[in-house]
Amino acid sequence: MSTTGASGTPAPGPGTGTPTLLARAVDVSAVYGGGDRDFTAVDRVTLELGEGEILGLAGESGCGKTTLGNSLAMIANPPLYVVEGTLEIDGERIDLTTLRGDADLKRQRPYRGGVVSMLPQGAMNAISPTLRVRNLVHDVMRAHDRSVTRDEALDRARDRLTMLEMPVRVLDSYPHQLSGGMKQRVITVVSTLLNPRLLIADEPTSALDVSSQRMLVEMLLAMVEQRIMSGVVFVTHDLPVLSQVSDKLAIMNAGTIVETGPTEQLVHDPQHPYTRKLLSSVLDPTQETRARGRDRRTRSTPAGGDL
Amino acid sequence: MTTGTTGADVGTDAATDSVLACRDVVKEFHVAGAKVVAVDRVSLDFPAASVLAVVGESGSGKSTLARMLLRLMPVTSGSISFRGQDVTHLRGKQLRTYWSQVQAVFQDPFASFNQFFPVGGLLRRSLALSSVGREEADALIEECLGYVGLTPAQALNKYPHQLSGGQRQRVMLARALMMRPKVLLADEATSMLDATLRVNVLNVLHDLKDDLGLTVLFITHDIGQACYLADRVAVMEHGKVVERGSTEEVIFAPRADYTKRLLADVPDLRGSLKRRG
Amino acid sequence: MTTPNVSGIATEEEATSQRATLFRNLNFSARFWVALGLVVLVLLLGIAGYLYPTASNEKVGSLYDPPGGGLLFGTDNFGHDVLAVLMAGTRTSLVIGLVAGTIATTIGVAVGLLAGYVGGWVEELLMGITNVVLAIPSIIVLILISISLPRSTVWSLAVVIGITSWPWTARAVRAQASSVATREHIDVARLSGARLGGILVRDVLPYILSYAVMAFVLQVSGAILAEAALSMLGLGPAGADSLGTQLHWALAFQAVASGAWWAFLPPTIVLTLVSFGFLLLQASLDEVFNPRLRRGKRKQMKRTAARRLAEARAGAAERPAPGEPAGVGAGRARTAQEGGRS
Repeated sequence: MSTTGASGTPAPGPGTGTPTLLARAVDVSAVYGGGDRDFTAVDRVTLELGEGEILGLAGESGCGKTTLGNSLAMIANPPLYVVEGTLEIDGERIDLTTLRGDADLKRQRPYRGGVVSMLPQGAMNAISPTLRVRNLVHDVMRAHDRSVTRDEALDRARDRLTMLEMPVRVLDSYPHQLSGGMKQRVITVVSTLLNPRLLIADEPTSALDVSSQRMLVEMLLAMVEQRIMSGVVFVTHDLPVLSQVSDKLAIMNAGTIVETGPTEQLVHDPQHPYTRKLLSSVLDPTQETRARGRDRRTRSTPAGGDL
Repeated sequence: MTTGTTGADVGTDAATDSVLACRDVVKEFHVAGAKVVAVDRVSLDFPAASVLAVVGESGSGKSTLARMLLRLMPVTSGSISFRGQDVTHLRGKQLRTYWSQVQAVFQDPFASFNQFFPVGGLLRRSLALSSVGREEADALIEECLGYVGLTPAQALNKYPHQLSGGQRQRVMLARALMMRPKVLLADEATSMLDATLRVNVLNVLHDLKDDLGLTVLFITHDIGQACYLADRVAVMEHGKVVERGSTEEVIFAPRADYTKRLLADVPDLRGSLKRRG
Repeated sequence: MTTPNVSGIATEEEATSQRATLFRNLNFSARFWVALGLVVLVLLLGIAGYLYPTASNEKVGSLYDPPGGGLLFGTDNFGHDVLAVLMAGTRTSLVIGLVAGTIATTIGVAVGLLAGYVGGWVEELLMGITNVVLAIPSIIVLILISISLPRSTVWSLAVVIGITSWPWTARAVRAQASSVATREHIDVARLSGARLGGILVRDVLPYILSYAVMAFVLQVSGAILAEAALSMLGLGPAGADSLGTQLHWALAFQAVASGAWWAFLPPTIVLTLVSFGFLLLQASLDEVFNPRLRRGKRKQMKRTAARRLAEARAGAAERPAPGEPAGVGAGRARTAQEGGRS
């Protein structure tokens, strides 16, 4: 409930006026069940996203950001259960809970992939190595719409690749023939072929070199610009990447959002101590980092203090 | 200095006080009949009590170079010398003696541990070569854990899975220090840690350099970490060193095109791509 | 997500309890207990022979006396008590199985470890030998060795079976060991000054131990069957009873033709039980060691999740949801409040 600070007045985007509301996640809680090892990974999180916005969800490992992403994308699998929460998108209210098993799965199916699409962590390494990218395209589209023919799917993919200034020949490649960065961009394009309203991207840049990161980030911005999807929740631990790409930032710690606000404001004037700590740990190649490195002379590792 | 056309110093002229050095080191792999040159005639010197960062993207050959310097992998050609002695082809006992001087910490804080043994076993194992008594060993363990901000009670009887990622990496540092090495090679040792823990571990490395006069070879893909920690930086691309010099020179006045490109692509916390474009 | 507390001071007790937890987490399935039950049953049958009043070589009747008259399974062709012979035979078969299994597993693990860890020409050589041994039909080798031995005993038979059946284990272990060899902890061990033997035993073996245990179980069951096959062919241990020799004599003296089912059915059933028991044990151990094969305890997980929800509810008491299914009601109620606010 402490996390609803930004919900009242959507932040004005830089120079674009107030964006209309695209999606709002309300009171999302998710629990890892199972014996004596259960714990609440996401604790009543509320988030808002405007039309055409990219929301950066940042936090360190174990803070619940991936779990929150999975909950929003409706792909929570046991032992993870979404115990409460709704996602309002385009005025529709989707119940995110998964306690009732198949009934929930069925109810959420129309939204999963089509309305809310997920780009999971490490997706680029999860592509079948024996299939060409074109087969992937067809499979992905058919999973949501059985009437799509192979040619339609490929036409769609070709248009999309051209639109994003990517080589169309990747469709005929096998995954191992593509570089990591190219694979990640291709899988991003494929997972948004159905024009989802909301894309949830979990650590899409983490395994990439900086040049590939840059290309992926530019592509995501172009995709939002062209309204291939209307909004993105970008989940990562990498604050510099987020500060480049997102309009709004939400900082997550121990299952809750500790601070949220426009990127500019949050980066330059963080309010919460945890946000400050996180920002001060960022090492980017700047004179400021260099100076910090030169100045520190104290041993900063209190015993056991790194939990 | 065969590849040092763009770089200025860190070169052979500093050889007198360099602890570890490599000359024209080459590593070739044969993959499916084709020859791949992972490291191409690299010559580097590591001056005592300083931090040299080797920066490169994945596939630049930096980790292969590290494994060759550690003598965990044979060189195809070239030589490695430690304190003026050729160590390129050491074997057996001599190699283990080399390892008591040159130690390393690796990337993965999980895979670096043998999960079946508690931390104490790991640390004591390093003493198998030297003949120290039980009490002396305990004192040494306490000392080394102290360098990284841990106490024996916190660590010794713990199994690796009972420690956090940052603690694990610090235990690994302590292990490396057990033999009182002259050179510590950190191969992406901080890249899998959370940002807040990373700064912690970098600070520990810095303190070790100051307090113990350790020469640190810091291998990373993250130029920001090099910026924070390193005295000198060498940039690798496709197995070659394309630029080298003091951290200030390389990061704030880069000369090689590759370094410039690399720096341009690194996201900067306070610069927004969105507004730039 | 089990991050135990690290703030406390570690003690020996803590480490022990950690191990106890680990054991409990192994999560033995019903299948495991059934398999174990079968194996124990057969073991008990073997051990019971020591308590049974009649010796296996004691003549208690004539040729193929039917069951009855104090003899549960009647007599065999020699007039010996079939039950006594069965007990002695089970014991012999188990001993041969265990000894042969131990020998085969030891050789297989040693060869596999060395080949997988060292690699290079050592691996080529060892695996070459392994494949050659594997390619020779082992039953023929067994027969040849058995014939060439001056006198076949229980021990010689066990050794012969053991040294012909290790290659499968070697191959499985090699594959595992070479993947363990690329782990960073091996580099760490080398840098710590560990020697080859120490690394193999401390750093590689524990990681493949579960495979070795499963291979051992399979080897035992395979060896028992191999012994039965050899003994049926008349190459069994001289002067000792085993399940195989029992079948051999039953066949040689026309037990099937004369309808003396009690002479051949009991050893057949025990053989079936013991090999089935060991195979089942192997399969259930696989489940224990490899949690991915385990079926989830969905109900329990769900119950915990629901309990957590209830706790959360209790914490925020102001949300009544009469008649509504769990999460939905709360969500809507809250959303309404939210909407009112903004």
